[in-house]
Amino acid sequence: MCNESAAQAAYRRSRKRRRRAIAATQWGILIVLLAAWEILARTGVLDAFLLSCPSRMLESIAALARSGELALHLATTLWETIIGFVLGAVLGVGVAVLLWWSDTLNRILDPYLVILGALPKIALGPVLIVWIGAGMPAIIVMTLLISVIVTTVTALGGFLSVEREKITLLRSFGASKWQTFTMAVFPGALPTTVSALKLGVSMSWIGVIVGEFLVSRAGLGYLIVYGGQVFRMDLVMGSTAVLCVCAALMYLLVAAMEKRLNRARAHGG
Amino acid sequence: MMEPNVLLDFDHVSMCYHDESGETEVLRDFSMQVKPGEFVALLGPSGCGKSTVLGLAAGLLRPDEGTVRLRGEPVLRPPERMGYMLQRDHLFPWLTVRENALVGIRVRQRPTAAQRAQVERLLQACGLTGFADALPGQLSGGMRQRAALVRTLAVNPDLLLLDEPFSALDAQTRIQLSDEVKQRLGEGRATILVTHDVSEAISMADRVVVLTRRPARIRSVHDITLAGTPMQRRGDPAFREYFEAIWKELDVHVQ
Repeated sequence: MCNESAAQAAYRRSRKRRRRAIAATQWGILIVLLAAWEILARTGVLDAFLLSCPSRMLESIAALARSGELALHLATTLWETIIGFVLGAVLGVGVAVLLWWSDTLNRILDPYLVILGALPKIALGPVLIVWIGAGMPAIIVMTLLISVIVTTVTALGGFLSVEREKITLLRSFGASKWQTFTMAVFPGALPTTVSALKLGVSMSWIGVIVGEFLVSRAGLGYLIVYGGQVFRMDLVMGSTAVLCVCAALMYLLVAAMEKRLNRARAHGG
Repeated sequence: MMEPNVLLDFDHVSMCYHDESGETEVLRDFSMQVKPGEFVALLGPSGCGKSTVLGLAAGLLRPDEGTVRLRGEPVLRPPERMGYMLQRDHLFPWLTVRENALVGIRVRQRPTAAQRAQVERLLQACGLTGFADALPGQLSGGMRQRAALVRTLAVNPDLLLLDEPFSALDAQTRIQLSDEVKQRLGEGRATILVTHDVSEAISMADRVVVLTRRPARIRSVHDITLAGTPMQRRGDPAFREYFEAIWKELDVHVQ
């Protein structure tokens, strides 16, 4: 370890100051917004019945938590999201592998993929309810439908962008098509595949909430719709806030996994 | 009948490529034989079909007419103990240099201790010992191509196919590496080098085959009787004579 020069130390200090200033401002914005909202609602400038306010949102969530309902709704939504996401990811990557394997199949299915990709999957909601029934399976299928096409198209794009000469080289060593996939194509496209999964997480949340709007007796989406129907805006806003936190945490988790993976590759892991 | 002392035999081979825009004839009635341990250089204008010759020998392409035989057997798939080196190293960026060197072995089997030991020896011989655990991204172009050479030699090939493996390197590294490649080859390892660098061909090969423009046929064959390393050959007074003779062939051809 060599001694750091004074200039390098100063540079590091200024970087650190900058990072701290950014974090402080980020928290500041949140606190100021919440405080202003609370004060304006309490002084009667804003209608707390229509717009709710942070303390009332917190209260309604706390009440739900005390009765044990929050855990049920949260678990339902998380479960649906995770199952839908995993199924969408497995199916999406699986189909991408098939389409990579057979260029003919890829060409045959191309227009169908385009149409399915363009179609707002939400429109299939009523069809799903009739076919599958009003319950969790319909929600999971909706989630899967929304995430699977994006995952397929992105992963396939990654597979196909691996250089042909790398495959030629492996084939010259006698590699089978499957070996060229496992040794060159899949690892080469791994960063693209992981970012496809990141996209899949966001898509899964959309699928789950839409599904819960349409059919459900539990879940955060159900709470939001129910709260709207009985005009309890505290419940609507509170549930939305919980949803916000959950979706952000799940996204951060996948993003952290992606970062770790890329770092492991950069260090020959 | 075939002569007994022939490793690789192109027997009246013709080949066309087909795509939407039409048919391209790349090889016409091409016949050439390579003996064990012989070093043949293919020279010709770019796009003349030199690489096609290697693709056929590697079993990656199938001729339309004629036969390519390795040890008397038609080449239908990539043969074992064959090494193919391309212009670019194509190392996998996510594998260490050592793991990259083992890729060719892994295609066929799990590397044995003996094979691993041999890879270590090759890494050492190519000056890569300290970099065995490094990733290709941390290496210079010359070192990356050396790592690719180790990967090629690791399968212990008795036939080496080199498709302009030095052309992406700077002039100094190119000559140095061609020296090293020549030293590593040893006896009994046949090599076909595709290049458009006349000096490189003369400095390395026992025989220089000049091809015509597409569809490629053999224009002329030059036996090179120079001895020594590529570096020593370049200093030989006879080097210039070969150069002028071959250059003329290419030059006339370019008209």
